[in-house]
Amino acid sequence: MVEIGHFALVLAFALALVQSVLPLAGARSGNARMMATGGPVAITGFVMVALAFAVLTLSYARSDFSVVNVWENSHSLKPMLYKITGTWGNHEGSMLLWVLILTFFGALVALFGANLPATLRAGVISVQGWIGAAFLLFILATSNPFTRLTPAPIEGRDLNPVLQDIGLAIHPPLLYLGYVGFSVCFSFAVAALIDGRIDAAWARWVRPWTLAAWSFLTGGIAMGSYWAYYELGWGGFWFWDPVENASFMPWLAGTALLHSAIVMEKRSALKIWTLLLAILTFSLSLLGTFLVRSGVLTSVHAFATDPSRGIFILCILTIFIGGSLALFALRAPTLTAGGIFHPVSREGALVLNNLFLTTATATVLIGTLYPLVVEALSGDKISVGAPFFNLTFGPLMVPLLALVPFGPLLAWKRGDLLAVGQRLMAAFAGALLVVLVTALFVDGASVLAALGVGLAAWLVFGALTDLALKAGVGSVPVGTMLRRLAGLPLSVFGTTLAHLGLGLTTLGVVGVLSFESENILSMRPGDTAEIAGRALRFESIDPVKGPNYTEDRATFALLDEAGQPYASVVSAKRFYPVRQMPTTEAGIRTMGFSQLYISIGDQTADGALVVRIWWKPMVTLIWLGALVMMGGGAVSLFDRRLRVGAPARRRKAASGRPGEAAA
Amino acid sequence: MRRPFFIALCVALFSLWQPGAVLAVQPGEALSDPALEARARALSTELRCMVCQNQSIDVSDADLARDLRVLVRERLSAGDSDAEVLDYIVSRYGEFVLLKPQFNIRNALLWGTPLILLLVGGGVMLAAGRSRRKAEPKALTAEESAALNEILTRRQ
Repeated sequence: MVEIGHFALVLAFALALVQSVLPLAGARSGNARMMATGGPVAITGFVMVALAFAVLTLSYARSDFSVVNVWENSHSLKPMLYKITGTWGNHEGSMLLWVLILTFFGALVALFGANLPATLRAGVISVQGWIGAAFLLFILATSNPFTRLTPAPIEGRDLNPVLQDIGLAIHPPLLYLGYVGFSVCFSFAVAALIDGRIDAAWARWVRPWTLAAWSFLTGGIAMGSYWAYYELGWGGFWFWDPVENASFMPWLAGTALLHSAIVMEKRSALKIWTLLLAILTFSLSLLGTFLVRSGVLTSVHAFATDPSRGIFILCILTIFIGGSLALFALRAPTLTAGGIFHPVSREGALVLNNLFLTTATATVLIGTLYPLVVEALSGDKISVGAPFFNLTFGPLMVPLLALVPFGPLLAWKRGDLLAVGQRLMAAFAGALLVVLVTALFVDGASVLAALGVGLAAWLVFGALTDLALKAGVGSVPVGTMLRRLAGLPLSVFGTTLAHLGLGLTTLGVVGVLSFESENILSMRPGDTAEIAGRALRFESIDPVKGPNYTEDRATFALLDEAGQPYASVVSAKRFYPVRQMPTTEAGIRTMGFSQLYISIGDQTADGALVVRIWWKPMVTLIWLGALVMMGGGAVSLFDRRLRVGAPARRRKAASGRPGEAAA
Repeated sequence: MRRPFFIALCVALFSLWQPGAVLAVQPGEALSDPALEARARALSTELRCMVCQNQSIDVSDADLARDLRVLVRERLSAGDSDAEVLDYIVSRYGEFVLLKPQFNIRNALLWGTPLILLLVGGGVMLAAGRSRRKAEPKALTAEESAALNEILTRRQ
């Protein structure tokens, strides 16, 4: 059975080669039949990869240890959910998931791109084919998940315990849907460059794919952040780890792309820049794949000792990034520049957004790569960690966030800053009030913390102001207002939601950074501790046996003013014997938007338990805000103008409707 | 089959973590002087746990991290300034221990990039805006608008 999967994967590679050549050749020579092969081949390729993936998943579910990959990463005692998610909890399996999602997007273009111009559609499918062929070859040549092992061992070596979590079921698929999704934008850009024709319609076709990929990536990053938060046991939510940066860079560039594509679609301006961003965004996804998959992050030397995979991805990286940029350099001068605008205008605001986001992307990029470059060039080892990013990335974000509410209110072409300022007066006054209230009435609030909270409030109020003005709140009767609100395009709600979510995330970050409190102490059963005005009592610690681990489970009771327990929190320390690894299971209790976070350490010689307790104010807003942003993306995706395909077909107009595909 | 970086790869897989990163600062470690302890905590976030993947000594419970935390507190208690503590630790462990790279010539590109990009990008943006504004069509002359009016009225 395993061989069927292997065979399907080889077949998918052959199909990807066909897909790479035929449709594009047809487009260049004007042969409609050759172009038409693209669709069926892309769909069949997806089915083949899906079959291979299903076979691998089944091998995991059945604990077939005659497959090396299953033996290395699974165990028969593991709960079924983790057996299945373990499929992509390792290098080979996750690369297969990567290609599965890539071919999935290729198939979506084939299925829902019927209204694209035939040559563009053929080109996009071919470029997807190139990427697919390259990565399928990578899997088959260096990372084959179907390699057999004889004789088959009786038991597997188990999955890394930190990955045995529901997070593994959600985080990687979402993340990959995000950054592999940007491959479609890349393919559109390259196909358009080959075609030599780029207009506002192109931006409209690309926008839904960008939106979909961006929404998934937002969700994926947020999920990863929350997973790290509860699994690592010390409640950090962002670590500026190179692996995180690898997914954050495409997100930043993708956010810039999302905004510049609006300008291109509405005003036909920034064409060249938008194309470049589409190429760069996916290039950063590829770079991220290289960084994570090659082992180069552990050390340049680890990379040098087993370079086959790294070199392979590096070649893919060079060919795709170098090739697309060369094509861009060749074709870009022939593209006509678009509409004219005054610096103070919606376009101007979006350009400013792009300036900050691109600089931020470059900052993260250089911070991530600098230690590698220094080590490769001079042999010196240096570290670039959180303090660097806080000092550089932080100051770049503050002006960007402060400017966000202005953007949607400015008029296209030539805006009136004064008028916009007047309209934002209420939001500004609200934010100012929030700053004052925070500074005066919240204990221990520094000026900086109060300003941070104010910035978040400014974003939230600013986003709502935009919606209120468009609905005519205050200037028209309530009935008219509601009618207007219902008549607004969904993309307006999308913008509002996304900016609102950004405000909420900012509030969460500021809240936890400025108002967090911490209590580290040794406790014995019966001892009480205090945190942020709340009392809790350490009740007991008991050994518990799980399916493939043992744990010491500590129970804490939250006490009300009378000293009576009203809730309990359980925090545990697990040990997985197969891998000989401990993990922490933090005890978390959500109260409003804030959380109480308890993690336990070792028992000291005299029987006391080391306990670390945090009060994390507003912390859940960090991820809830991201979910709201993701919702904004989804709402925007259903905007009518992205679905113009349906009515347009009746009128025989050549417009796309990839929106539904991406939805 | 067991590759040396296998675990690391697995751990680095989709996110970022290291097993056993549990309790960092232990109850007995804290200094009695709160101001000094606050400085120690701040310094700890800038120092790398050398045996961990990407953690500061403030959040790592590795033995080496504990030794470093104690060392930081010893130096602070002995009256060192923050910079002196960092210099001392770098002299013993090398620059790799600093999570915030030093400001020096070798790191100029690292620290300078954000600012340079922002300035250059902003400059390009302004220049492009200016040249575009120049290209903006001028208002019609009196003769032109008269001619336009004539065409428009003739059509009706």
